[in-house]
Amino acid sequence: MSDLVLGLMLYGVSLLTMAGIYSVLAIGLNIQWGYTGLFNAGIAGFFAVGAYVSAILTSSPSTSFIGGLDWPFPAGLLAAMVVAGAIGYLVGRLCIRLRADYLAIATIGVAEILRLILKNEIWATNGPRGISNIPRPFEDLSQPWSQLAFLGVVAFVVLIAYLLAERAGKSPWGRVMRSIRDNEAAAAAIGKDVVGFRLQGFVIGAALMGLGGALTAHFFKFIGPEATEPLLTTFLVWVMLIIGGSGNNRGAMLGALVVWTLWSATELLTSQLPPDWAVRATFLRIFLIGLGLQIVLQRYSKGLLPERPPNSRTDDMVPSVDPAQEKAPPAE
Amino acid sequence: MIEFINFYLIPGLVLGCMYALGAIGISMLFGILRFAHFAHGDVITLGAYFALLFVTTLGFPVLLALPVAMVLTAIVSIGLDRAFYKPFRNSPTIYLVIASFGVALMVRSLVQLAWGVKVESYAAGTFSKPIIFFDTLRIADKHMWIAGLTIVVVVALHYFLSRSKLGKAMRAMADEPDLAQVSGIPTEKVVRATWIIGGGLAATAGVFLGMDSQLHTNMGWDLLLPIFAAAILGGIGSPYGAIAGGLVIGMAEELSSYPWIGDAPLLSPGYKTGVAFALMVALLIWRPSGLFRGRTFT
Repeated sequence: MSDLVLGLMLYGVSLLTMAGIYSVLAIGLNIQWGYTGLFNAGIAGFFAVGAYVSAILTSSPSTSFIGGLDWPFPAGLLAAMVVAGAIGYLVGRLCIRLRADYLAIATIGVAEILRLILKNEIWATNGPRGISNIPRPFEDLSQPWSQLAFLGVVAFVVLIAYLLAERAGKSPWGRVMRSIRDNEAAAAAIGKDVVGFRLQGFVIGAALMGLGGALTAHFFKFIGPEATEPLLTTFLVWVMLIIGGSGNNRGAMLGALVVWTLWSATELLTSQLPPDWAVRATFLRIFLIGLGLQIVLQRYSKGLLPERPPNSRTDDMVPSVDPAQEKAPPAE
Repeated sequence: MIEFINFYLIPGLVLGCMYALGAIGISMLFGILRFAHFAHGDVITLGAYFALLFVTTLGFPVLLALPVAMVLTAIVSIGLDRAFYKPFRNSPTIYLVIASFGVALMVRSLVQLAWGVKVESYAAGTFSKPIIFFDTLRIADKHMWIAGLTIVVVVALHYFLSRSKLGKAMRAMADEPDLAQVSGIPTEKVVRATWIIGGGLAATAGVFLGMDSQLHTNMGWDLLLPIFAAAILGGIGSPYGAIAGGLVIGMAEELSSYPWIGDAPLLSPGYKTGVAFALMVALLIWRPSGLFRGRTFT
């Protein structure tokens, strides 16, 4: 295989791997925002917690950070989800009652506090220098097989996350979530525990964001405070979900693939420019991402793949005028 | 004691002035348009860089560049409203919030595109020597300017809101939007005035921040959360509360690293900004109407 072909192939594989990791994040946000209507603007915080937890547990012992327990990779992922979910539970217990933009402000605040802790507690996290040499499964294989094998791992995780999220979305649980999102008072009036359900949605989403963070740490074999910047995590994931279509898991995955491909392919183009221009062109890319978000919001607010109600027989569900005919059993 | 005043109290008050200027805008925008304007921090950055443009190319002194930057930022704010917020006037506010996230990204990337990411400063050395009172109390003259001009701006705003017809219309719309509309208050005119005030004050905050330290393209974004904290503390929608909130948050940040107990700083300076975030989250949870029992928008 010539070097060029190998290089292009590795590029494609790494692009798909990142798109897969972003799909996990976008599905997590879809459960929070798309299903439940929770405006979490602190994705970066849960992402960072997951990344650091898995990095600390699976790395070899080191003097520069705590842990180094040499745990196997799947155990690291699981622990990342549990810890991110637990922090999500604590945050949710406190903040879940807040109205949408208040929740957004509070979650940004929490995420920044989490990132400050990870940056300042040098004894535990090696501070600004970050943790390197995080093990990646199959890294001993030769290229491109090692990259391909990791892509396989990510694809497997995405598939599981997608199937579970889809199943949950179609289940009675998902219907309750949507009813709370669309009309909280009505959901409460028919006896649904609104706060409890919202909390569940928040915790599940947070756990998936932790999982995405852990996968990123293993993929790059490195995690540091710079890698958890809100631009690359919180903002990009929001753009992906809105462009892909919030409320639709396939939309979330498509959004992740489209936006990441645009983001990464334009980087490939701009890196050909002279260095001074290449740096500036990066900001043009961010600008275009922002503009794309505005256009989608104004023109196609439902995204590329709009949400579809779980029950396709919508004709039966048109409310009738005569209350006597309203005897159809509730969705559950 | 004098060390406490020089190195903790005065920097806290100066920081509080900048927070107050930003928080007034956030708070008024929330009162009139009912959404949290997440691009406000980056509008602050833009204002600071507009002033830099006149300082570096035309050799303006900073204090002369300030009014120009205020006007330009106000114009940009109105333009942003037309292009990105006006289409959502009758949509759920969440669209406005998401759109303002996008605007934040766009404004910041344009600043980075135009000026690069190097740390900049206004003509260094213009405001350098501290003025010494009573032998020991040292106040840098830039801090005098910042505090003095903040007072001027706030008093002017007070007169505008309490005496002018438009100012009264703004307060009416913030308090009772439906009633304001049926009594014939020109909604769009009030909205435009809100953006002018919010943008102008944001530029002022940005220029002051640049005068106090340096300019960098994340300066406004870093200011955003403390500003939200200040607006919430003062009761969101209330410009007067926002001023008090800004001063309290600014002081809390600086005073948190004073060695209150023993010799070590109470909180490591690395966590200084965390104080504002933690205060804000705590307020949102336990006292969303603000310390002064303002209104909550639920």
